[in-house]
Amino acid sequence: MTVHNLYLFDRNGVCLHYSEWHRKKQAGISKEEEFKLMYGMLFSMRSFVGKMSPVDMKDGFLAFQTSKYKLHYYETPSGLKVVMNTDLGVGNIRDVLHQIYSNIYVEFVVKNPLCSMSEPIQSELFRTKLDGFIRGLPFFSARAG
Amino acid sequence: LALASSSELFTLTYGALVTQLCKDYENDEDVNKQLDKMGYNIGVRLIEDFLARSNVGRCHDFRETADVIAKVAFKMYLGITPSITNWSPAGDEFSLILENNPLVDFVELPDNHSSLIYSNLLCGVLRGALEMVQMAVDVKFVQDTLKGDGVTEIRMKFVKRIEDNLPAGEE
Repeated sequence: MTVHNLYLFDRNGVCLHYSEWHRKKQAGISKEEEFKLMYGMLFSMRSFVGKMSPVDMKDGFLAFQTSKYKLHYYETPSGLKVVMNTDLGVGNIRDVLHQIYSNIYVEFVVKNPLCSMSEPIQSELFRTKLDGFIRGLPFFSARAG
Repeated sequence: LALASSSELFTLTYGALVTQLCKDYENDEDVNKQLDKMGYNIGVRLIEDFLARSNVGRCHDFRETADVIAKVAFKMYLGITPSITNWSPAGDEFSLILENNPLVDFVELPDNHSSLIYSNLLCGVLRGALEMVQMAVDVKFVQDTLKGDGVTEIRMKFVKRIEDNLPAGEE
């Protein structure tokens, strides 16, 4: 199993953090454009899923998959979005995405008064903790992508 | 100095902060304003800690919000559970009644600070935290035991829902 990459977006669509581990194919556009494209898609997906649902939903948009990868989506009531791409073998990882929020983002960004909450995260501590957490996941493959 | 609990540390620290602000500003209105502003800045961060720790989901109405604030949030951070009363008929306004406000444990307001809203930080915290979950809410003290009222009452008025928009400049 594999973790490809991870995006964190704030409630206004700012990409607070991006990191990748196994990504064979790049988008061929600037990262800035890629973040906008990704956020726009998530925003539309969220509203699409909300409008199309024939029943009341609790959690809304959770994930989608293609023939090659799976995108996992987690949004807090405060609008922080954790987006992780993995291979298809990875099941429901809501708790993992919640842990990234509660044990890493809240601990090392929110509780660091010198970290702005509306700009890309500069904290080296945050990056290190996040990278360590992802590499420790049971479905993180060390095989070079 | 032996502190009975970490909540006393907070109470005393807050007292020192208010004392200093009263020295720094000539009138109480400015102190109230600063306390509200500081509270707001705390609230926008505290909401994240709260959501991470409580795992509470999105509230669907203001009544649910009131319950979460009184029974979960106040309990978690101040160790008290205010009661919820005085609902407006439209359900967009309610009061939190604080039997004991831990912020004022050692306080007696001097006569020359009659317009000081001692615990005004709390209003800012509530406003800032709720704004982050897309609720614009008006928060103010309408009764205060420090001013001789029987209870301390915080009035919460729902103003509007803050809609999220696609950021500008999207291609």
